[in-house]
Amino acid sequence: MHQPNLSRRKVLAGTGALVVSIGAVLPQDVFAQSADAALSVKPALLPTELSSFITIDPKGHVTTYFGKIDGGQGLFNAIGQMVAEELDAKFEDVTIEMGDTATSVNQGGMSGSTGVSSGGKQMRAAAAEARRVLLTLAAQKWKVPVERLTVSDGVISGPNGKTVTYGELIGGKFFSTKLEWNKQMGNALYAPGKATLKTPDQFKVIGKPIKRTDVAAKVFAQQDWTADVRVPGMKHARMIRPPVAGAEPVSYDEAALQKQIPGVRVFHDKGFLAVVADKEWDAVRAADALHVTWSDVKPPFVDHDQVYDYLRKTEARTKKVEKDSEKIDEVFKTAARVMEAEYEWPFQSHACMGPGCAVADFKDGQLTIWSGSQKPHSVREGVADHLKMPQDKIHVMWVQGPGSYGRNDAGDVAMDAAVLATALGGAVRVQYSRADGTAWDPKSTPSVHTVRAALDKDNKLVGLTYHSQAFSRLHLSSQESRAQDTLAGQFQGTKMTPNDTFAGPENAYAFANLRTSWGVVAPMLDRASPLRTSHFRDPLGPQITFALESFLDEVAVATKADPIAFRMNLLGKDRDKQVVKATAEKHGWTERVSGPTGKPGKNGVLTGRGFSYAQRGGVIIAVIAEIEVDPATGRIWPRKFTVGHDCGLIINPDNLVKVIEGNIVQSASRTLFEEVTFNAKGVTSVDWNTYRIMDTMDVPETIDVVLVNHPEMPPGGGGEGSTKPVAAALANALFDATGVRVRRAPLSPERVKQALSSTRSA
Amino acid sequence: MTETITLKVNGESHTFTSDPDMPLLYALRDTLGMNNPHFGCGLAQCGACTVHVNGEVTRSCVTPIAKVNNAEITTLAGLGTPSKPHPLQTAYIEEQVPQCGYCINGWIMQAAAFLRDNKAPTEEEIRVALSDLKCRCGTHASILKAVRRAAEQIAAENAAEKTHAPT
Ligand code: FES
Ligand code: FES
Repeated sequence: MHQPNLSRRKVLAGTGALVVSIGAVLPQDVFAQSADAALSVKPALLPTELSSFITIDPKGHVTTYFGKIDGGQGLFNAIGQMVAEELDAKFEDVTIEMGDTATSVNQGGMSGSTGVSSGGKQMRAAAAEARRVLLTLAAQKWKVPVERLTVSDGVISGPNGKTVTYGELIGGKFFSTKLEWNKQMGNALYAPGKATLKTPDQFKVIGKPIKRTDVAAKVFAQQDWTADVRVPGMKHARMIRPPVAGAEPVSYDEAALQKQIPGVRVFHDKGFLAVVADKEWDAVRAADALHVTWSDVKPPFVDHDQVYDYLRKTEARTKKVEKDSEKIDEVFKTAARVMEAEYEWPFQSHACMGPGCAVADFKDGQLTIWSGSQKPHSVREGVADHLKMPQDKIHVMWVQGPGSYGRNDAGDVAMDAAVLATALGGAVRVQYSRADGTAWDPKSTPSVHTVRAALDKDNKLVGLTYHSQAFSRLHLSSQESRAQDTLAGQFQGTKMTPNDTFAGPENAYAFANLRTSWGVVAPMLDRASPLRTSHFRDPLGPQITFALESFLDEVAVATKADPIAFRMNLLGKDRDKQVVKATAEKHGWTERVSGPTGKPGKNGVLTGRGFSYAQRGGVIIAVIAEIEVDPATGRIWPRKFTVGHDCGLIINPDNLVKVIEGNIVQSASRTLFEEVTFNAKGVTSVDWNTYRIMDTMDVPETIDVVLVNHPEMPPGGGGEGSTKPVAAALANALFDATGVRVRRAPLSPERVKQALSSTRSA
Repeated sequence: MTETITLKVNGESHTFTSDPDMPLLYALRDTLGMNNPHFGCGLAQCGACTVHVNGEVTRSCVTPIAKVNNAEITTLAGLGTPSKPHPLQTAYIEEQVPQCGYCINGWIMQAAAFLRDNKAPTEEEIRVALSDLKCRCGTHASILKAVRRAAEQIAAENAAEKTHAPT
């Protein structure tokens, strides 16, 4: 039986909990004199304790305990580099243990591209403090001033050639040092010590293109995923979802099922329905074989292509004006010219590479969960809420799952496993089917964006209004920390108190007059819906930017301006201008007004270029897309992207480029292909044939990335920003190639072909 | 109804009884306790479950076990090891390809069979050969680079072998 292979990340945690006293025993007077001492028992897991973030074993190996996780973008490396840097330890000597509720404080999990910017900030501060404490301990040991010590690679050198290693100083013991915690949990948690951080001129590890430590393990099939966790005696479960959204099981034939597949059980509670078997294949077959009679409900949805009209015509339940210049109405009244356009973006699915999977084990009142969720601490809170258990009886361990980019199905499957394990006793592994992962995962909301521009008699943009109408970005919280924020909670009848919220564009445009506003419409089905909405990579970024940056392009064309020059005029910040300029230079941009310039190339293929720019949480991104369009098929091939990217201090440039490449391809996929389809009863895009994503035939030939480094600034979050401008860059390139503006995503071959033929015949 | 099945997986022989309709994927994972390949769709649409059966690229999620009785199965773990890596594995590390890596079985196993049969593939041929595979993290650009790099390495090794071949 294969045990959960958690060795690399677990070993040191195990030692941490058990070791009482190994390594150098410090002179008694050190303890008497200083708050910075080595303790033989690990202090409680609190944000105020340095030991909650970092321990060092007798050999000098450093383990850091991180309350976030690496969704596959190399955060292990970034955190390792930041810790090694501030601690003056070797990068190879640092292990990051991630997302284990027993060993890490809640730093918010993977969330909003804050792995480096807030998670790394804390780990860096903790490492710097550990270094300060270790130097203090050495100074006390040798009775010399700290100023006379130097440190490199975990070895402290003092006068007369004396040296001591970190391992010798504190190995196997624990820091007693207290941190100044800001009393925040999650992303905002910050608890520095007294140490000052290094300045960029002192960096030895930060900024280096160190290769990722997890790649070889993956390439040689030595890494285990959540789906690979096995617990002795574990049962296998499959979930059964209703054929009409909103329906619940009325009856089912368990006896007939057991005749067909001996040993299978059914678990049912309200809308929650699962089959459980000893063997995985039996569970798979049972989920198909079980005959269920469902309650008769009115199919809740409109058809997917009606959703935009639905959003337009439905009175918003919550409305907000976010920015409102005093003179905005006046400038529109007195404008020489008003332009207006509407843009539409569909429901999209995370459609993770592996459908959700989790294992839960309930034994002696203690529940252990292995989860691929981005937010293991939230899983614990949510399970505690739903199952009415104290949190200290629940231990959640994050294990690498298939890449996730927001609130995907991992949070739901962890709760399903917890429900089944506690109800049946023992260990249960729940593996979602492809349809569970594609049709039933949380979705990003569709939206309609109305943008208006007021131009004066000199064609100057004097006012802009931007309004979005959509479902809530967070009908389902992005954290699964309440029962109601999981599918099981909703199926089992938890009270719902959803949050209506949306957002406006992020950029550095200095619009003379601006109004941004939004309206959130109630969901078509308010619980256990396959169309429940939550965060998906760069939540709202692609759609909001698609609308604004397409529209600015339209205004640039209308005012006969080059699209980049037009934006440079509007930009109010030098840092943003620098990124736009660097991108244009890398691409070799020549100024002209967008629109078809010449005859089609061979086979009638048209070419075009499109620009787009945005900010995300302070990260600045500019994108130029070069495309080929085949009018006969409507296919757009994004041949080349040039991406300018400024996220402040860069921790690992090579890895950042890879993260950006992934964003570009995924975002191009969403722009060109992805749309959740549904009818009145439910979602009809249920697999990879019906929910198409980009494949090798459409992948760009070149992705050129220009990194603008600002070592003097704090590092921002590079995980999502480059997703933002891609859609508009492609739509703008399509206009440049064809003279046709498509304002509804995806820019699928069918839609593009239709748009081209209807303008031709018009 | 069960049948006795024998599989040779990465050189090691296993005999067990099984529902003959059970897909090979469940035999590898559940019966034999292997952690590769992965379940991605169960529909032959993504490649996450890919293995070689007698050298042929096979989606184990839709291959009934009875069909592969007595066959030789190679999984990613059997393709190469850190001390004796397949050129694709070396290239994947050089190019730092995977993000989550959940998709990796399909890409490497399918490319390995392709490069075995195609000594000097063009860019277009590589793209076509891998076009039915999925990677949700969008690592395709690096994948294509790694496959080209491995193709070059294999070509260089072949050339070296020819030069050193006894006459
Ligand atoms: S799991 Fe077999 S092809 Fe997707
Ligand atoms: S690397 Fe995550 S799916 Fe390919």
